[in-house]
Amino acid sequence: MRNAVIKPLFVHAPSATFRVLVAAMIALGLMVADHRYHHLELARATLETLIYPMQYAASLPVQLVRTTQNRLDHEAQLRRANDDLQHENLVLKGRLQQFESLRAENMRLRDLLGSSFDVGERVLIAEILAVDLDPYRQQVIINKGSNSGVFVGQPVLDAQAVMGQVIRVNALSSTVLLITDADHALPVESNRNGLRTIAAGKGSSQELELLYISKNADIHVGDLFVTSGMDERFPPGYPVARVKTVRQDPDNPFTTVVAEPTARLDRSREVLLVWALNLTPAVAPPAPPTAAVGNVK
Amino acid sequence: MTMVMLWMVIINLIVALFLTIVPLPPEISEWRPQWVTLSVIFWCLTAPERIGVFWGFGSGLMLDLFTGGLLGQQALSLALVAYVTITLHARVRLFPRWQQSFFVWIVLLAERLLTLWILGATGQPMPTLSYWLPTLVGLVLWPGLARGLTWIGRHTGAL
Repeated sequence: MRNAVIKPLFVHAPSATFRVLVAAMIALGLMVADHRYHHLELARATLETLIYPMQYAASLPVQLVRTTQNRLDHEAQLRRANDDLQHENLVLKGRLQQFESLRAENMRLRDLLGSSFDVGERVLIAEILAVDLDPYRQQVIINKGSNSGVFVGQPVLDAQAVMGQVIRVNALSSTVLLITDADHALPVESNRNGLRTIAAGKGSSQELELLYISKNADIHVGDLFVTSGMDERFPPGYPVARVKTVRQDPDNPFTTVVAEPTARLDRSREVLLVWALNLTPAVAPPAPPTAAVGNVK
Repeated sequence: MTMVMLWMVIINLIVALFLTIVPLPPEISEWRPQWVTLSVIFWCLTAPERIGVFWGFGSGLMLDLFTGGLLGQQALSLALVAYVTITLHARVRLFPRWQQSFFVWIVLLAERLLTLWILGATGQPMPTLSYWLPTLVGLVLWPGLARGLTWIGRHTGAL
């Protein structure tokens, strides 16, 4: 007994029942603070930076398997992949030639309408960390954090479409809430006829629900919905989802529409983080009347 | 508590956290047992006078951080798991291993039930029946896991 000199003041430690009550109170307090008031962002970011090395270590086995697979690929396979990529590159470059002229034309037409806005974007590629998170939330961890300028609310895309937005940032990594999470919704519009709606997640990785579409709305299976930019968070015009089923339920005052996200939410390895350079189209200065008249020659 | 034992508990919990987030093929990821819960139950049964409610609370908090869940969600359920286990440890320790498994199963079910309640209270969608699969895996794994951990503890001098 090293401490025999010091007489213990409390002979009995607090009972287990007392301890569990204290623990439960703290846990409930934490949950309320985290869920309702978001008071814990800073503490959470700090702790997440500390455990990031361990999360990274947990993703290493999968990375190792991927690297080994790449090493073992035959030369013929690599050559074929290379050919495919070059072919795709050519096609994309061909389309890009038109893109420049179309963009100029679009700007000119918008000038005529007096609703000029320029949207340019800067992107950064981040990698998804191969770890399994809470299976009942739709979220992923990416390997870029506030050191790379990532911020909360930043849109995240993959090669196909919108994936989600950043909800938590720490120094080295950040957490992305996918558009399919039950807590996520974003404003979209139909690419075919401009019908506006909200795409809300349902908690499963394959489905989105399009809300508040009236019974007589013009909507068909296969319609593509793109971001409308009305949230001033997601840049407008990026594909989000394609309509899968359209159903009229007697108990629902609106049409029940289920759409499938076009992003490969459960298969992508790399994502694009987007910085919109100018995202405020709302208050365009009214065009002077002479400008409109001046065009009529 | 000896230093060796403290280290063994910490290493055990870290390994359990690792196993919880290591990616598995989607076909079997629904069967992933509740590693951290199982570890907490084991240590509460083995050293109830040392490992108690606040160890459960702490490992639950780590689990929340690791899996990006609501902060405090697993901390609450693991604190209660630890409480139930140390309250009943004197009786349960005398059971043969296979009977212990059923006690462990009940505790694992209780943990899932609490988490389900929290999911509902925070407005998450209700999970499917596969939500309960990990408890069955835990039931099957328990005898081997307890024997293995006891063996390691004896050989390293932790127990």
